[in-house]
Amino acid sequence: MKQKPNKIVLELMINGEKREVVVTQDKTLLSTLRDELYLTGAKPGCYNGDCGACTVLMDNKPMKSCLMLSIEAAKFSITTIEGLKDAPIQQAFIEEFAFQCGYCTPGFIMNCHGLCLAKPEATEEEIQKWLSSNICRCTSYEEIEKAVKKTLALYQKGEQR
Amino acid sequence: MKSWGDEILSLIGKSVIRKEAWTKVTGKAQYTGDYFASDALHVEMVKSSYAHAWITSIDTKEAEKMEGVRAIVLGDNLPLIGEEVIDRPPLATKKVRYYGEVIALVVADSYALARAAAAKVNITYEPIPIVHSPLEAIKPGAPLIHDHIASYETDAGIYPEEGTNIINRTKIRKGNMEKGWNASEFMIEETFSIPLSDHAAMETRTALCEIISDDKIHIITSSQAPYMVKKIISRDFKLSPGKIVVETPLVGGGYGGKASVHLEIFAYIASRAVGGRKVKIINTREEDITVSPVHIGLHATIKLGCAANGKLQAAQLHYIFDGGAYADKSPHLATAGAVDCTGPYKLDNITCDSLCVYTNHPYAAPFRGFSHGEVHFAFERAMDLLAQKVNIDPLAFRQLNAIKPGDTAPTQTKLNKSNVGNVTACIERLRELFPWDGGAIQKVGEHVVRVKGIACTWKNSTIGPDAASGVVLTFNSDGSINLMSGLVEIGTGTKTVLAQILAEKMRMDINKVYVRMTVDTQTEPEHWKTVASRGTLMAGRAVLAACDDAIKQLKQLASAILHAPADDFEVGDEKVYLIDDPSVFLAVKDIAYGYVYPNGNAIGGQIIARGSYTLRGLTNLDKETGAGNPGPEWAVAAQGVEVEVNTKTFEYTVKKAVTVMDIGEVLNRKAAEGQLKGAMSMGISWACKEGFVFDENGVLLNPQLRTYQPIRYGENPEYIVDFVTTPHLEAPYGARGAGEQGLIGMAGALANALSRALDVSLQSLPLIPENIWKEKRRSPH
Amino acid sequence: MSFQYFYSQAIEEATARYAKEQQKQNRPFYYAGGTEILTLRRLNIIYPKAVIDIKHIPACNIYKLHEDYLVLGSALSLTEIEEKNFFPLLSDVSTEIADHTARNKITFGGNICGQIFYREAILPLLLTDSLLVFAKDQHLRTELIHDVFDEQLLLQEGELFIQAFVEKKYLAAPYVTIKKRKQWTVGYPLLTIAALKIDSRIRVAISGLCAFPFRSTSLEEVLNQPNQTREEKIAAALKTIAFPILDDVEGSSEYRLFVLQNLLDEVLEQLEEK
Repeated sequence: MKQKPNKIVLELMINGEKREVVVTQDKTLLSTLRDELYLTGAKPGCYNGDCGACTVLMDNKPMKSCLMLSIEAAKFSITTIEGLKDAPIQQAFIEEFAFQCGYCTPGFIMNCHGLCLAKPEATEEEIQKWLSSNICRCTSYEEIEKAVKKTLALYQKGEQR
Repeated sequence: MKSWGDEILSLIGKSVIRKEAWTKVTGKAQYTGDYFASDALHVEMVKSSYAHAWITSIDTKEAEKMEGVRAIVLGDNLPLIGEEVIDRPPLATKKVRYYGEVIALVVADSYALARAAAAKVNITYEPIPIVHSPLEAIKPGAPLIHDHIASYETDAGIYPEEGTNIINRTKIRKGNMEKGWNASEFMIEETFSIPLSDHAAMETRTALCEIISDDKIHIITSSQAPYMVKKIISRDFKLSPGKIVVETPLVGGGYGGKASVHLEIFAYIASRAVGGRKVKIINTREEDITVSPVHIGLHATIKLGCAANGKLQAAQLHYIFDGGAYADKSPHLATAGAVDCTGPYKLDNITCDSLCVYTNHPYAAPFRGFSHGEVHFAFERAMDLLAQKVNIDPLAFRQLNAIKPGDTAPTQTKLNKSNVGNVTACIERLRELFPWDGGAIQKVGEHVVRVKGIACTWKNSTIGPDAASGVVLTFNSDGSINLMSGLVEIGTGTKTVLAQILAEKMRMDINKVYVRMTVDTQTEPEHWKTVASRGTLMAGRAVLAACDDAIKQLKQLASAILHAPADDFEVGDEKVYLIDDPSVFLAVKDIAYGYVYPNGNAIGGQIIARGSYTLRGLTNLDKETGAGNPGPEWAVAAQGVEVEVNTKTFEYTVKKAVTVMDIGEVLNRKAAEGQLKGAMSMGISWACKEGFVFDENGVLLNPQLRTYQPIRYGENPEYIVDFVTTPHLEAPYGARGAGEQGLIGMAGALANALSRALDVSLQSLPLIPENIWKEKRRSPH
Repeated sequence: MSFQYFYSQAIEEATARYAKEQQKQNRPFYYAGGTEILTLRRLNIIYPKAVIDIKHIPACNIYKLHEDYLVLGSALSLTEIEEKNFFPLLSDVSTEIADHTARNKITFGGNICGQIFYREAILPLLLTDSLLVFAKDQHLRTELIHDVFDEQLLLQEGELFIQAFVEKKYLAAPYVTIKKRKQWTVGYPLLTIAALKIDSRIRVAISGLCAFPFRSTSLEEVLNQPNQTREEKIAAALKTIAFPILDDVEGSSEYRLFVLQNLLDEVLEQLEEK
């Protein structure tokens, strides 16, 4: 019998649930979410931090889960797309036809959701700054713009927290 | 109220929300990589580090000994494969023909172990001079990338030229060139060039394979052509097609790149090598860009002439497409480039030679537009240059030459109101939405100007005369319907449009139509391939045919139950009722699952309806003249862009992009607008930002999304999209396919605007400031 | 081949762990945002066997005005730096690096000490003659940036970059920073220029022109020449570039020079009169 010291037991807080995983210390959060917890909403698009398809929220801040070790995430509260329950941004994406193939959508929604929570008063420039972190290859971005602005307005009016 | 013939339509045109919408915004939507596969072995590709070389040795001894390695597969004893030309060894054995070509597969317990072992496979090479471009490929004495190409098996209509790198030449010979040139008072002759680029779908290609038994090879793949996967593996590995079951769930973008059968072959071979165990192969982004098929490039020479009044008289076109190391679909891409070689203009005298050549580049798959974006870039630039020479406003020049019913296409097909859209109407509507100022240069600041550019486009598909689509409908006990079609949902929303067509025809609540999103080649009828913007036409007609079948069955049942002739019944609002007395009816739900008489006798059972559609009236093209009927219809559009340019730094932004398309009929408004805008975005991205950069060793230098940058949020212009509707009479409700049209004219319109703004002629892509600066330095202005 | 992860909460803990892993021949790396470590490792460019997380060391997270200085901890994420915006020039340079979500993870120290050679976050430090604090074992040393930066930070083996000190007087100095890319708004720099004016002199630092960021005294000498036209200054400035200019996928060296000309013009335009 061989002892390999590399695996650790981690307690992660995912979508409000405490989940225990046994992973190698170098396993990214994206891989753990998908392979260990079967939360396949966050997607691999590049494994390089370039496309944003893997975006999740870490204490409500958008983070690229392919650029984060699972072990780093253990201290924080992680929200994935599966953890959103009827968030206004989801409804807005549907109404505005803000997706086509849908692959980039969970990442975009998490980033937009993070923006709505952090900066309901976001300026045009701030929206652009945040959202240029994600690539959409199907849409023209115009629909996504409409969806996020529609939702920000709700948060501004205080209709949403 | 919309109408079609005598019917009043309620769903056609409506912006019905996608059937799979909720799954996409909640993370429930499943793509190939999301399937449970903890029981799968991982496949890593061992890739060539040379662009053109003999393989002198492959040593797998060290790799085989590594932890977790279950098999290492080499290319010996594998049959040649390919789509239109069988020219490709699945794994390179004697020779590598592009940097990144796959030489071996390592199958191991985990991705990390497979990678580690792949790094230990030692290959030695003997380099061969590299063919870097289509022009180099046709130079006399160029190294031959393939020998004896005439001995390759090919599809009909492909004409390889032995002893060269030309794998196909499609000719168009229409009219009388001498007459045409004689009538041409003004002429231009220019060359244009477009490098290779990438589809860059957000989901990289992914495939799983398990050989479950002698009778079942199960493949799950992110593909636009699951039925072609089945066909090619069956044909080339000599297996009965019924043994191959290909499953395709939702696909995260394809744009043509996933229409080529590629990773699936590796998955199959790898599974076979480990006794049929389940294997998984996922492209990294770098592999997806470098190794998998790419977006074709073009070198074009256009000679175009017009009379003093501006009417086009003659065109001589020489297109050389960069097919890359293997043929795959590119011979056909070159043919498509010949079919629509001139853009939507009346031209009686055309000579076109459209070549597909081998180069030491990754090979080309179809890309959205199927050579039309490339051809239109060149041709729309040529139109602007000629308009300039003859001193006619560029938009007026297009309008003057707009093709019309009664004219003939380059393939000499006679055009009528149904098979060609209305270019003139598109131009007129464009003028209303995008006030055309002749392309004047508006000064908006020191060194800053705004300029508009335009382009007109058309596209027919060239998919074969045997392409077909089938649909099966089954009823549920509440009268709702399950819709099965082999069309893949790659993001176009076509599966939802099919539901709309079904609900419209059956006059039922669309919420009672359940569309099966996952395609399974065993249980769903074939839809040739989800390409060419022919989904709504082919699968839509198949849906209508299936509805006819369902309606017939319902009427027959009603007839038996209510003792009246079947023809006296009508189906609608979930009832089967007597036309002259609708109060006499049966609820569909009471008969769709069988009917039980009061005495206990039962008739019928679950209704299963089917329909199919094959493109009709298409012919092969004449080898010498290209004459024939290539496809069902030409969809046309007029497009414009407005750019704001810094004349000192050559930087610019795109402020506005406009498309007016003759769509025949809008089936789903917001979806159609989304498709058009998405295609425009892709066209702008391609023209302004994308393009492969190879070094002198044929190595691709920008294979990451960090160095190959698709357009980002914030870089987009304001989009304006509108439609003109001249019905295509063969299509469901007259609708023309609209997936590609938004892209086709963007590069041409942008280059036209920038050329005018900076007093330079931009004739190659991408339109990055450095290339513009280089051109300014080069040209005499 | 996996790596081991070590968490540290104090400088000494981190540097001692580094020394220990080094001794065991376990190729240790200090891990802040980790974005570069993870991406380069995936491409087999580096092979870490141990990573030492320094993100939670308090000294590395200081971000405040203290006496005559602004203190910036090396483990601050770029977005943290932008949000509080004590140093607008640095915020503006930072805002153009990678993208916003990535900057929630990329750290100030990581950008400066990483292998990717743009290191744009160092430009404002070069311009402000900042002081840098390093730690190794029990020793701290404070150095003037120009004494420890030559193409990259000259760190000793196992030395950890802790903080930067920027004199307050620079925080309100007129400045300009411009980043040009191959095209539009996202991607590696073609050229990034950062400039400020202090004591009536313009200072300039550049990244992306050569394979390292730099500030050149001879270039500044030329730009600050009193009786010369802008064109003359720019022409002379180009002549001071002694290092090989990058020629790569982002752009050719000739084009970079063209872009540099325009950027210098812009810098002079904005700062000459101030």
